[in-house]
Amino acid sequence: MRLAGDGQIDRSRPIKFRFDGVEYEGLKGDTLASALLANDRRMVARSFKYHRPRGIMTAGSEEPNALVTLGLGPAQDPNVRATTVELFEGLMARPQNCWPSLGFDLLSLNDLAAPFLGAGFYYKTFMWPKAAWEKLYEPIIRRAAGLGALSMEANTDRYEKAFAHCDLLVIGAGPAGLMAALAAGRAGADVILCDEDMRTGGRLNAERLEVGGQSGADWAEAVTDELQAMPNVRVMTRTTVTGAYDQGTYGALERLAPDVAMRPGAPRDCFWRIVAERAVLAAGALERPVAFANNDRPGVMMAGAVRSYVNRWRVSPGRSVAVFGNNDSAHRTAADLIAAGVHVSALIDSRQDAQCDLDVPFYAGREVSAVHGGRGVEAISISSISGVEKIQTDTLAVSGGWNPSVHLTCHMNGRPAWNKQIAAFVPQDGAIPGMVTAGACRGDFSTRACLEGGMAAAREVLQDLGHAVPDIDLPRAEDSTYDITPLWAVPGKGRAWLDFQNDVTVKDVKQAATENFQSVEHMKRYTTQGMAPDQGKNSNIGALAVLADATGRGIPETGTTTYRPPFVPVPIAALGAGGQGKGFAPERFTTSHKASVARGAPMIEAGLWFRPSYFPKKGETHWRQSCDREVCMVREAVGVADVSTLGKIDIQGPDAGAFLDFVYTNMFSTLKVGRVRYGLMLREDGHVMDDGTTARLGENHYLMTTTTAAAGQVMRHLEFVHQALRPDLDVRFTSVTEQWAQFAVAGPKAREVLNGLLDAPLSDEAWPFMSCGPVTLAGVEGRLFRISFSGEHGYEIAVPSRYGDALFRALVSRAEGLGGGPYGMEALNVLRLEKGFITHAEIHGRVTAFDIGMERMVSAKKDCIGKTAAAREGLNGPEREQLVGLRPAGEVKMLVAGAHLFNADDAAVRVNDQGYVTSVGYSPVLETNIGLGFLRNGRARHGEVIRMVDHLNGVETLCEVCGPVQFDPEGGRMRG
Amino acid sequence: MRITCPYCGERDRREFYYQGDAVALDRPDPEAGEAAWDDYIHNRDNPAGVTRDLWYHETGCGAWVVVTRNTVTHEILSCELARGAKEAGA
Amino acid sequence: MRFSGLRVLKEGLTGNKGWQAHWRDATPKDAYDVVIIGGGGHGLSTAYYLAKEHGITNVAVLEKGYLGGGNVGRNTTIVRANYFLPGNSEFYSHSLKLWEGLEEDLNYNVMHSQRGQIGLFHSDAQRDAAIRRGNAIRNQGDDAELLSVADLKRMLPYLDYDQARFPIYGGLLQRRAGTARHDAVAWGYARGASERGVDLIQNCEVTGIDIEGGVVKGVETTRGAIKAKKVAIIVAGRSSQVAQMAGMRLPIESHVLQAFVTEGLKPCIDHVVSFGMGHFYISQSDKGGLVFGGDLDFYASYAARGNLPMVEHVMEAGMTLMPAIGKAKVLRSWGGIMDMTPDGSPIIDKTGVEGLYLDAGWCYGGFKAVPGSGFSMAHLVATDRHHDPAARFRLDRFRTGRGLMDEEGTGMQHNLH
Repeated sequence: MRLAGDGQIDRSRPIKFRFDGVEYEGLKGDTLASALLANDRRMVARSFKYHRPRGIMTAGSEEPNALVTLGLGPAQDPNVRATTVELFEGLMARPQNCWPSLGFDLLSLNDLAAPFLGAGFYYKTFMWPKAAWEKLYEPIIRRAAGLGALSMEANTDRYEKAFAHCDLLVIGAGPAGLMAALAAGRAGADVILCDEDMRTGGRLNAERLEVGGQSGADWAEAVTDELQAMPNVRVMTRTTVTGAYDQGTYGALERLAPDVAMRPGAPRDCFWRIVAERAVLAAGALERPVAFANNDRPGVMMAGAVRSYVNRWRVSPGRSVAVFGNNDSAHRTAADLIAAGVHVSALIDSRQDAQCDLDVPFYAGREVSAVHGGRGVEAISISSISGVEKIQTDTLAVSGGWNPSVHLTCHMNGRPAWNKQIAAFVPQDGAIPGMVTAGACRGDFSTRACLEGGMAAAREVLQDLGHAVPDIDLPRAEDSTYDITPLWAVPGKGRAWLDFQNDVTVKDVKQAATENFQSVEHMKRYTTQGMAPDQGKNSNIGALAVLADATGRGIPETGTTTYRPPFVPVPIAALGAGGQGKGFAPERFTTSHKASVARGAPMIEAGLWFRPSYFPKKGETHWRQSCDREVCMVREAVGVADVSTLGKIDIQGPDAGAFLDFVYTNMFSTLKVGRVRYGLMLREDGHVMDDGTTARLGENHYLMTTTTAAAGQVMRHLEFVHQALRPDLDVRFTSVTEQWAQFAVAGPKAREVLNGLLDAPLSDEAWPFMSCGPVTLAGVEGRLFRISFSGEHGYEIAVPSRYGDALFRALVSRAEGLGGGPYGMEALNVLRLEKGFITHAEIHGRVTAFDIGMERMVSAKKDCIGKTAAAREGLNGPEREQLVGLRPAGEVKMLVAGAHLFNADDAAVRVNDQGYVTSVGYSPVLETNIGLGFLRNGRARHGEVIRMVDHLNGVETLCEVCGPVQFDPEGGRMRG
Repeated sequence: MRITCPYCGERDRREFYYQGDAVALDRPDPEAGEAAWDDYIHNRDNPAGVTRDLWYHETGCGAWVVVTRNTVTHEILSCELARGAKEAGA
Repeated sequence: MRFSGLRVLKEGLTGNKGWQAHWRDATPKDAYDVVIIGGGGHGLSTAYYLAKEHGITNVAVLEKGYLGGGNVGRNTTIVRANYFLPGNSEFYSHSLKLWEGLEEDLNYNVMHSQRGQIGLFHSDAQRDAAIRRGNAIRNQGDDAELLSVADLKRMLPYLDYDQARFPIYGGLLQRRAGTARHDAVAWGYARGASERGVDLIQNCEVTGIDIEGGVVKGVETTRGAIKAKKVAIIVAGRSSQVAQMAGMRLPIESHVLQAFVTEGLKPCIDHVVSFGMGHFYISQSDKGGLVFGGDLDFYASYAARGNLPMVEHVMEAGMTLMPAIGKAKVLRSWGGIMDMTPDGSPIIDKTGVEGLYLDAGWCYGGFKAVPGSGFSMAHLVATDRHHDPAARFRLDRFRTGRGLMDEEGTGMQHNLH
């Protein structure tokens, strides 16, 4: 019911929205919750387990009951708290976790079966018959459980992430936070002030309290205006600080205002990483309920929330409101209701000595023992020694006291301390390095104390940061004391709720204690208390008080569970903003990318790079046709392939040779200028890290190539070896992978291709196998390496990247004139397989130089990384699986990479396992499938016929073990 | 988490690659024996408290940094260049 | 008391007044045959199998906090047997078989759900590796199937098959893999051990290990000295500290692994799904929350909490793989302390001290190992002989290089596994 009078709503701007299929009207400034209450909607949701009718209980992000689903299709947004949704035109919300409808929900039968569904019942049943769990019980349980539903359509909304840095982060813009931000802002500090509400002010918006002679809300607005005018202050409303992390890093979720978020291309949410020198936590406090029978009925609300609705939104949640509490908050609610013209049916104060100066039926020292009514409050029972009194009322406002919002102070394992005077936990100082607390979140509840606390916090922070503390007169404000007599659960019949969302009752907690789930963590896990979307914000303290009572301990000894980030639930799309689609990882393109795509080459991922798979020609319908042609083309004429993705590291300095001797197993200091050598690099644990060629370009100048996959790892490794192990060596290196475009030109006509392009022609004498040197092409300085990964007479030519595209096109065009052309990864793989050259399919991190037959490359003359560990007994000997070549030798001519190897007569089971296949390909030259693999003691078994089994694809064949080099084993083609 | 690179200043943790215990600086002699190498490569003090470990400013300047840190609180006590630590220890 | 549907019914009709403690809280005796340090999943299962398989019931489990409060209480609940290296293969295979009979054995519903786990691959090389793995699993006698993209589209229609940064080439399915209700596993073993006479002692921290002449004699605790003929250290997350009490320096570095759960949702993800281009794995709990995790935070830590870079990385992986979960809201994140070994595989072995045994180094694979580890560790403690399926989990494998089980192939850097 909407009341007359001024609130923070704009009566001139009505907004139409729908809930549960019905169209309603609210006002600008409303939340979905306030608008629903204004339209007298009481039941808005069903509970998780018993599907009990539920109404709106709070006015903030802690709301346990009023969870709804917004939108449709990809925009479908489940489990949204009606209390935090800003109303906008056309908003469509619907109830969730009910079927067929909110009003008639079949699973509300669960409520009748409650005696059988108590704490942990599912651990004791559903065990027979065994197969029924997956087939019967679990599907039923899963369908009954859950809250809202995802549409399971791909997200189409935009989300963003951002970084921010500041001197001071103020968390919460109530009186304490505003005061702290004002002082720090005036002092000139860089300040970020965050509040999760759509406006600043905190509780000042909900109360009829004056600050400095004006209404609290007006004071907040004036201070906010001043802050917003300061260039050094950023006020972020709708922004919840969700977590405190190391070294002053905070996570914060900003929800954009609906009118902003709906603009084309605008994000819905932005997740902030705020790095702050200091922080002031001014997060306020949350009111807690009292447990009594049927305290979960729609119409039972928090007393402070009732004040919010009445004062801020001018909405009364009922026509006749009873108020029940154990502290003065209840009296304030009654007073505000009366002032707003709402009938107060009773004020019940459990404190024996409570006084009341309001004109309402007053019950001191009495407790509400039960709520009556099925779908909403109809009456309440008030108990006393003399009996039970029933009072008709449609709403019950409850205050069990206030819990300081200590959550963020616990994110780094801080434990809050029990404060007996306010019967609540308060934060420990220093729980988060650099953070101080102010106001209600540290248990200072009066407005005056909050203002003072904010000022004191600012003073502490400003002094730390070396800023002068400005002189500010604190405005006048109420400074009432907070008097509370703890009341957690009213004894009596019937179920009394603690965790509303998860349907955990006082009985459940007591039963857990009986069953020896007495640790607060055990109780939580056994009953699911505190594990609902509100993370126990409303229920944890009450539940642990009940547990303390049941186990005969005090509350401080019982202790709390751990509050963990995030403070409020955060969409995966916000935390993962930017990751969707291609955004997850960078895409790296070679200079020949466009030319390759233009030729129809399918581009495949190679790490972050994209490389051409093959270059289809007209009439080719299968990749194998293209691949076979490209292989033959290289063997018979010439092929061109972009090899720029290989890592290139430029190494310079007088000690470059000595350094390379230390990181490679073999010698490089002895390499002559103008020569290239293959090198093998081990990890310190003795296994192969990487391989590649390194060229000596000058006396003190080497160029190392790495595999595409290991480029980053090798660079890191070199820096480590230099800085951490051998800083005495005078050597420097830098990655030049991106700076040079490099192309392999391979085949009998390779020299012919190059000789048309190079400014000076090549000769065999000047450019023998494994030579290198500078060249020029049309005046452009390049580098030429006579190396081969194909086994053919071949070169790799490198030019500055900006010439890469032009050079690739020119090379391809020349090659095509000579019966050659470009070749892709598939052909490259076959060519290297024929030659037994290894890639990371073979050096997969578990193999040693011994395993790949390169143990003689580990120089005996010097120490190198990995040498000592490689000599361990377990890494050598006939038990090791060694690199071999494989050829089909049976009727099935297929080989499968990943298939395992067995002795010909053995069953294909683990104990008989002899090895596995690493790489396979069809060799059009040898006219057979060939493969590489690892076989136990394989080098001694060449010629043996073994069995290859691939259970997954149902392939089984005999194959012959051979040396890894199956084509031109003498290497004449390469050298010639 | 924020780490101070001695060259670049305080940076977000995501600019750094973590390797492990700074014991890696103390590579044994090739002839030091099996136990010494086992200790170097595998075994760790692994303290619940102050430790020294190696970080690489990978997306920054490329410096290897020895960070003295508390593994329980994540407090960072000091950051120095591995090169400096090595030379000081040598 | 035996649990059954009938018992739930009976208790429900009589006011639920008959329920009893699931386990006895014991006060420490002066001496035991076996003292187990650590009341986590592995410690409790070891106690259970010592009693059940070997008749050794004069056993105490000493827990410094509450039972099941370590990694068994904070994980992503995945149970699978899809390792490919000898040593791991047979061990996890055995463990999975124990899982399959666990509810009957314990008379406790641990909600072991064999809903199938699908590991996706995103390149030819990854496919080859998946085939090698799948064949190793089949060689071991466990189930593995190769899924085509068409299969995947049918089973996991919500994956991004068109736009994902790393295209989906296929998947490796293990139908017998799945999830379980993690806490219940600890409680079920605690109840089973307690019923068989094992003393479960909470809030009892071990402060020293008594060794005389190379032989273990007992332990010092915050509740007094306790003599023991045999002592088993089963304290993943604190292994280095406890081993240090016996003068040992372990090949372990402790790291933080974070995991996440969303608010409850109606059923939407029916399997366990793992991304192949980065650590990301997800399943949906029976309660409806999406439970997911990723890689280590990559720095040594005992804080049991992590930082934003890995949080965000995990979420980004989720968004590229399955952008349909974007509107699910992360409710809670947590961190566990992982015993990371140099090769990523665990240790179940004797130590240099007679009567002192070590079960450690489970990296982030300890949950699925709970039954197998307890079974094999109990065998070792009871008989002084290694149990076959765990016979390769030797402490000296790093020194000798024999039988390393580096599934990731990243080498001896503790945090890369």
